[in-house]
Amino acid sequence: MEKYLWAIPLLPLLGAGINGFGALTGALSRRAVNIIACTVVGIAFVLACLVNWELAQQAGHGGAPQLVSTWFEWIAAGSFSVDAALLVDPLAGVMLLVVTGVGFLIHVYSTGYMAHDPAYARYFAFINLFTFAMLLLVMGENLVLMFVGWEGVGLCSYLLIGFWFTDTEKAYAGKKAFVVNRVGDFGFLLGLFVLYWGLKEQGIDATLSIVGLREIVGANAISGAVITTVCLLLFVGATGKSAQIPLYVWLPDAMAGPTPVSALIHAATMVTAGVYMISRLSFLYLQSPLAMTVVACVGAATALYAATIGLTQFDIKKVLAYSTVSQLGYMFLAVGLGAFSAGIFHLVTHAFFKACLFLGSGAVIHAMGGEQDIRRMGGLRAKIPYTYWTFLLATIAIAGVFGTSGFMSKDEILAAALAANPDYTLVPGWLLYSIGTLGALLTTFYMFRLVFLTFFGDFRGGKDLEHHVHESPWSMVVPLIVLAALSIVGGLMNVPEILHGDERLHHWLSGAAPSVARVDVVGHGAEIGLMVALQVLILGTIALAYRMYLKSPAIPQRAAKVLGGVPYRLSYHKYYVDEIYDTLIVRPLHSISRVFLWGNVDVKIVDGSINGMARVVRYASDLLGRLQTGQLNGYAFSIVVGMVAILAYVAVK
Amino acid sequence: MFEQTMFYLFAIVSVIAALFVVAGKNPISCAIALIVTLGALAGVFVLQEAHFVATIQVLVYAGAIMVLFVFVIMLLNLGPEDLEKTPRFSRLKGAGGIFAAAGAALLAWNFVSYAARAARVGPGFGGLAQISQKLFTEYIIPFEAISAVLMAAVVGAVVIAKREL
Amino acid sequence: MVSTSHLLILSAVLFALGMAGVVIRRNVIIVMMCIELMLNAVNVSFVAFARQLGSIDGHIIVFFVMAVAAAEAGVGLALVIAMFRHKSTVNLDHVNLMKG
Repeated sequence: MEKYLWAIPLLPLLGAGINGFGALTGALSRRAVNIIACTVVGIAFVLACLVNWELAQQAGHGGAPQLVSTWFEWIAAGSFSVDAALLVDPLAGVMLLVVTGVGFLIHVYSTGYMAHDPAYARYFAFINLFTFAMLLLVMGENLVLMFVGWEGVGLCSYLLIGFWFTDTEKAYAGKKAFVVNRVGDFGFLLGLFVLYWGLKEQGIDATLSIVGLREIVGANAISGAVITTVCLLLFVGATGKSAQIPLYVWLPDAMAGPTPVSALIHAATMVTAGVYMISRLSFLYLQSPLAMTVVACVGAATALYAATIGLTQFDIKKVLAYSTVSQLGYMFLAVGLGAFSAGIFHLVTHAFFKACLFLGSGAVIHAMGGEQDIRRMGGLRAKIPYTYWTFLLATIAIAGVFGTSGFMSKDEILAAALAANPDYTLVPGWLLYSIGTLGALLTTFYMFRLVFLTFFGDFRGGKDLEHHVHESPWSMVVPLIVLAALSIVGGLMNVPEILHGDERLHHWLSGAAPSVARVDVVGHGAEIGLMVALQVLILGTIALAYRMYLKSPAIPQRAAKVLGGVPYRLSYHKYYVDEIYDTLIVRPLHSISRVFLWGNVDVKIVDGSINGMARVVRYASDLLGRLQTGQLNGYAFSIVVGMVAILAYVAVK
Repeated sequence: MFEQTMFYLFAIVSVIAALFVVAGKNPISCAIALIVTLGALAGVFVLQEAHFVATIQVLVYAGAIMVLFVFVIMLLNLGPEDLEKTPRFSRLKGAGGIFAAAGAALLAWNFVSYAARAARVGPGFGGLAQISQKLFTEYIIPFEAISAVLMAAVVGAVVIAKREL
Repeated sequence: MVSTSHLLILSAVLFALGMAGVVIRRNVIIVMMCIELMLNAVNVSFVAFARQLGSIDGHIIVFFVMAVAAAEAGVGLALVIAMFRHKSTVNLDHVNLMKG
């Protein structure tokens, strides 16, 4: 099986190459592009299933299941060596299934959604390339290869956000995503450097291979300060890629890309790369309680913060974007608590329901002819029933109603917060639990607000638009149904112990990313009590949203007024963070660049030195040119000078 | 003794005439002075047993080449009047003179130490027979090459000096 | 008998005089005469060494030098005529087409 590991990432790359060729030459029909793009990912999914089956076989025989495939030595510089190698353990196996499985569904969906786009082949070339980069990130055996995938997904994200680049605003959104990601990626790169340097410093054979690092860390060979620095720097990369405070600002703008892209890259896969990276390096993070705490706190803060912004947005995709940021916050909270399996579990269920929500919103936008403002929607329930039902099911899942996948995973995280292990979490668990619970309630509220405003009530978009509304083609509906079904039942893969489940995913991941948060501090009775209370609160929140947005639509405006408008405006304007960043960072940088770097460094030093060199050469040649007088006597004279000099030398010698 | 006396005589004459060549005003006077120099040197050659060389020195140099010079000077009709307009020497006069003197001094200083006596040479040394012997056997190829050079020079001179170029 | 060094000193003095002439004179014909002077100075050395070493080869070199001098004088004077025809001067200061 090891031999075929490489086929999983390389197949989408092949697809990207063929489709890219098609995009450049126009030689491929839409049908051909469809078939190629979906087939390569489909085969990759089948192979991913086989890989997981193989891992399960190994696990059955005992020992830690893992598959390694080394292709060639990629970088060799002195004692430093990096192989082009893939490593699949249960963690990567789960991630592989998500990337290829959800990815496949979204590819299928895209064939319907992008059917009328002229740049069809280019779209599929990019999205196949993205799949390749993501798989490389997931499977890379060492941090360098992981970094290649990390950069690759960033590139594809940039290309796809700015896919409709003739629209300046969308091109700008792509640029913003790229620049913000660069900040994070720089942190990641610095983390690698510090790690390598730290290993060298302590006289250890430096390696960036994950297996090798695990051994080194296991032997307690690296100092704590180095590990903390490395973990925090890598986490900076994760905040960029996974849209956490303070680098989350690009994700809402990234909604400028085609909706399937939002579903695949900006909900299901790429933005979870940070969570995956921390889980993959769990052995490293577990050595640094400080870094773990930082991760957990940033995650919790982001979860609550993004949820408050989601309350007031009117763009259907913006709401989902902030929801994504918030849910990613939960994942970081989980991994920060050391509950890696809970984080990955939420990653998987989130991939299901958020992909479903995004694809559903895409179907709504498709039906509305490009309209994204929920104030102009309403009453779509009857017109696009499949979209409505799948969207509703996914909403129930994300709200965490009992029995759904969202319930299972979110409950797992909250339970982990409650039972935080004080060895690894330096802040009280009940604080994180409270923040998480509040965020969960806000999530329920804004998601049902979205559903009620979009699908219930009367249509508010005008007569012309109302006639246009139509159900999407089957290529879009089928993935929606599959994802909706998974959103509901997907939680069964990891039924918590408290509900007498067997926690299959938790055990499956225990080797690759062992969870540490499980210290029973509250007891079963209290845990069940809290769970029931949370369910009641969630149902109450749904009722509140129903009352505010359907029964008496005047309430929200009154509420906004009663609150004095300040909190409302803060939320509506996203806390002015973009403006603050603009004032604090972008503008000063811009003026420094223009006035100092351009005006002084570039014009005076760079240009000046080059112009100066040219001037020196000109003056020198003017001087030397004067020697060439055209006077033969002068030339003869210089010969004599030379001759006398030689003779003088001979004579003196 | 006689030989030495004659050598110094010829040497002094040739140097004085050479000075006149370098410093003379009228080209014709200079040409005449150069002929004197060449003649004096022909005398030095004779004293050095270089009879053949002395002969062609007089025939080719003092005869043919200097006639050519004088002929050209006459052809161009360069009188002293023409030359009055511009100074005889160039700006580099001072520096050139100093450097030439320095060069001469250095050359001479190198040579003074070279005080080996002349070897005794056999009868017929420097005579026509001996030179012809070498010229037509060992040096036959340079000799033929020289004829080609001379031919080329003749043709070139004609072409260059032709009125319609 | 005259020692070789005396002949060499004579040669050096003549050569230096010719060289000075080449450098300082402006009349192109006189410059050419000075070149002839330098060639003759060299000839004196060759003859002196031929005598000292008892080898006739020096004389043959002198013979070749004279032949080349003759060729040079022929071509050079033709050039002087051509130059005079175009510029109406033999003053080297007025011939500076090679000026950079």
